[in-house]
Formats: sequence, C-alpha cells, structure tokens
Amino acid sequence: MSDNKGTFIEWLDARFPATKVWKEHISEYYAPKNFNFWYIFGGLAIVVLVNQILTGIWLTMNYTPTAEGAFASVEFIMRDVNWGWLLRYMHSTGASAFFVVIYLHMLRGIMYGSYKAPRELLWVFGMIIYVLLMAEAFMGYLLPWGQMSFWGAQVIINLFGAIPFIGEDLTLWIRGDYVISGATLTRFFALHVVAVPIAIILMVFLHLVALHKVGSNNPDGIEIKDNKDENGIPRDGIPFHPYYTVKDTMATVGFLIFFCAAIFFAPEMGGYFLEPPNFLPADSLTTPDHIAPVWYFTPFYAILRAIPSIAGSAFPGVAAMGLAIVFLFLLPWLDKSEVRSIRYRGWMFKLALLLFCISFVILGYLGMQQPTEGKTLVARIATAIYFLFFLAMPWYTKVDKTKPVPERVTH
Amino acid sequence: MSSDGVVKTEAADMGRRRFLTTTTAVVGAIGAGYVAVPFLSSWMPSKKALAAGAPVEADISKLELGQAIKVEWRGKSVVIVRRSEDVLNTLSQIEDVLLDPKSDVVEQQPTYANNEYRSINKEILVLLSVCTHLGCSPTYLPEVKADWSGGFICPCHGSKFDMAGRVYKGMPAPTNLIVPPHQYLSESRILIGVDEGEQG
Repeated sequence: MSDNKGTFIEWLDARFPATKVWKEHISEYYAPKNFNFWYIFGGLAIVVLVNQILTGIWLTMNYTPTAEGAFASVEFIMRDVNWGWLLRYMHSTGASAFFVVIYLHMLRGIMYGSYKAPRELLWVFGMIIYVLLMAEAFMGYLLPWGQMSFWGAQVIINLFGAIPFIGEDLTLWIRGDYVISGATLTRFFALHVVAVPIAIILMVFLHLVALHKVGSNNPDGIEIKDNKDENGIPRDGIPFHPYYTVKDTMATVGFLIFFCAAIFFAPEMGGYFLEPPNFLPADSLTTPDHIAPVWYFTPFYAILRAIPSIAGSAFPGVAAMGLAIVFLFLLPWLDKSEVRSIRYRGWMFKLALLLFCISFVILGYLGMQQPTEGKTLVARIATAIYFLFFLAMPWYTKVDKTKPVPERVTH
Repeated sequence: MSSDGVVKTEAADMGRRRFLTTTTAVVGAIGAGYVAVPFLSSWMPSKKALAAGAPVEADISKLELGQAIKVEWRGKSVVIVRRSEDVLNTLSQIEDVLLDPKSDVVEQQPTYANNEYRSINKEILVLLSVCTHLGCSPTYLPEVKADWSGGFICPCHGSKFDMAGRVYKGMPAPTNLIVPPHQYLSESRILIGVDEGEQG
C-alpha cells in the first residue's frame, strides 16, 4: 500500500481494517461468474430490510403504542402527517415484498442445492432469519390495532394454548392479560421495533459471514474454489465489485419498478397486503366474519386447518404447522444427492420440487378461503405432498439418476 | 504455553483452577437465572389487568325467549341465551352427531352446570363466547332450518355448536364451549366469574 503513504486511508487502516475488509469482502471477493436471475434476491432482501428499518423508524415518530391511541395514530399518519401515507405504505408493502423476495431466495437455494455441505450453517442461519421475519411481521401486524390485527393475533397466540399442560399459562404470559389488550400491544411494539430487528440484523451479518467463509454456490452447483489460477484466484470467479454490485443495482432498479407500482397504485393489493377488516378498530367482542392471515402465512395456516383435532386437542394441527418449518431447517441433512444443482439431477427431484411448489401455492390459496369440505380435502392432499417432499427426500434423492457434473461453470 | 494459550507451570494446580472456573460459571448461571425472573415475570398480567378480571353482573330480567345478550368478562364476551322448551327438547335428539354430548370433558363446565342442559337454570344458557379451537367468537344462529337445529357457528373455521354449546363431530374445535363460573344473585341477576356458593 505504498501509494497510500500519508493519506487518510493509511491513517485509517492503521486503526481500522478498512481496506482489508473492502478487499476481502467486496473488491477481491470472488463470486462465481455464472450467477443468473435467481441470484438477485439476496441483495434485494437487503434493500427491503433497509427500507423497513428506515420507514419503521419514521413511523414510530408518530405512532402511539397504546390500545386507546394506536388505531387513531395510524390514521393520523395516513391523513395528517406530511408524506405519512407514503412512509406507511412503503413499510406495509415492504413487509409483503420482503416475503416475496425471501421465498424466491429460498426457492433458489433449494433448486441449486445451496444448502448442501459445506453450506448447511449458511442455510440454517437463513432459516433463522426467516423465522425471525415471520415473528417480526406477525407482531407488526398487531400494531395498527384493527380488527384483523386483533383477531389474527388472537388466533396465532391461541396456537400456543394448544400445547399440552403449559399452553394456557403460556398464552396468558404472552398476552399479559386474559385477552389481547394494551399490555400485549406495548410488548409487541417493543419486540417489533427493538428486539427482533436487532436479532435480524445480527443474523443477516452472521449469514453473510458464513457465506463469505464458504463462498457462493452457483447454478451449476460446483465449487469454483476447486479450480484456481496461479494467483489463487478461482478461474470461474469474478470480483463482487464491480461485477455484482452493478448487477444488484440493476436488479434493484427492476425491483423498485414493481415495488413503487404496488405502493402507488395498489398498496392494499386488493386486500392481500392490508386486509379490509383492519380498517375497523379492534373490538374484542366482535369477530370479523372471515379471519385469514396475511398471504405470506397462509400456506402454514392451511396446514393448521387441514389437520383434524385428535382426542380433544388442537395440538396436532399446531405441531404440523411447526414441523412444516422445522423440516425446512433439516433440508441439508435430508438431501442425499451427490449433486447440488437441479441441472444435473434426475426427474425424481425435479418432479418432487414441482409438486412441492404447487402444493405450497395451493395451500397459500386455501389458507385465505373459508373452509369447506372439498377445500379441506384438497388442503389435506397438499399438506401430505408438502411433508412427503421432505420425508421421502432421503430416498428419492439417493435413487434419482444424476447427470455428470461439469469441471467448469457453464452459462 | 499450551495450544490453548493457558500458562501451565508446575506451580499451577490445574484441578483447583478447573474447580474455580466451574464453580464461578455455575454460580454465575444461577445468578443469571434469578435476574431472568423479573424480565419473564413482568410479562404476566399486571395488578391492573388482574383487577379488571373481576366478576361482572348481568341482568337477565329483560331477556326474551330465544334472545341472546353478551356481557364482557375479562375482555372476553360471555353469551347468555334464554332457551325455549322446544329448544331444550331438541338437545337430547341430536346427541349422536355431537362429539361430547354428555359433557364428559369436565374442564369445560363447572360441576353445577354438568347436566343435560349445561346450565344451572335449564332455561338460561351461559357460555364463554370463545371458540375452543382458536378463540374466535362464535356467531349465535338460533333460526332452525332443515339441517340446523340452532346454535353457534364460529366465523373463523366453521366449527358448529348446538344450543348448549356442545360441539358437533368433525369440527376443527376439539371440545365444547366453556361454561364460565357463575352464580345467581337473584332470579334475574347473574354474577359471572364466581362459582356457585362462593363469595363474589
């Protein structure tokens, strides 16, 4: 670093590893050169996270976290605060956008086997972020204190009540009252605004540390580190900056087109992002005619409803819903295939993944609908497929005929 | 220097060192456990919330046949229905389509309401309007139709209950609606939240 003599950077580097970190993680961090469209969602998730944090901070400036004031303060933000409507719609649309981006990011991981060794921990960290994100979204949805906020939270908190022995006391402890009340609202506010965001930011940091330790997977699912040139640089790698910073910027521009379109033209998204009953203040004595969670929870909600209660306990449904998420954590150990990428796998994995995606979408749709006998039957079939994807995975990934994997990445 | 960077001289008593490290860690962990108590306990209902959970009184003198009123107790709605003789007679006729027609699940009602009508006074039904599935408030639908002999339907997941709050078979709700503790102060005044025979 002789060219830096006497400069501010030199002064800085002697006290803080600025140049070192920049090189290691940005300008000389080599990522596979064959990233495709599916590799934009990690970066977009960061963009949405920043959006949520910024707009969230600004919303707290005018929001009142009390049962008496919450609903009115949200209306105040929407009507009277300068640009308040925009900040709020950026935040509420951002919540849905977060899940769009994360679901696609996860699908990418499953398609290209990005969870397979040595990236198991990277996947587990990502799953922890996903669970934290669900907690964050759920608690955030209570804050406007509308009817759906209240009754949605009622249903979800009562899920814990189905746990044998400790359930009832646990729900009392979570609510801090015999019913969802101001006590519940203020603690959800504290968790939504302080605790969970801190945990998410920490986990995102660990996710990136783990990523940079093992390096990115790629659509071919081969290790670029196995083929390095004389300088120790992967032959199929390109520096993250400028190549992928430019690509991610381009992706962000594309994303923002859709994001802004939603914010400006359909912030409620026909009741999918903001549900109609939430425009009424919470009322503990009247249940809305039809309760459904926001779209990103509905696949799990449909699984919950599909499982009948056994021996007077709703616990099996709750347990199934929990397992639906636990199994995602276990993917790295359920997949016994020799290859990572779907490109070199046989028909069995491709079919299994296709059925899994279809069942997930069907469950997501059914979770928004009033249950009927026919719909419950479909939900049960889709639930069975959902779980079979995981339960049968050790078998079908083993017997599935794989194709030979190339030495170098392809496009 | 050993590989873990700890100085090990002949003078160092490794056993003593290990003992001290372990005891310090254990005592620290116990201390941390105690510190956790206020944090966890502060989530339990406050004194104010407990006070708000006090019993409430309901006046049923103006309740007509087939009519339902709702009163709030501990932030949940309690529904009170005056049932006609016809309704009471149908209760025994639909038993084979109910999950627990004899109220065998004892936690769902106090012993003084564990009878054919699930009530103290057979005319007056007192129920917690909280679905035993996931806590929504079931809608009162008294009109008798060809396939419906009156009762409650939960708007959330469609669980059906009869005119005694007993759940139908094959519903998401696993058990009957709860009869809250209550007592009659007089013929037309019910105190909800206190068991029969206890002081309010």
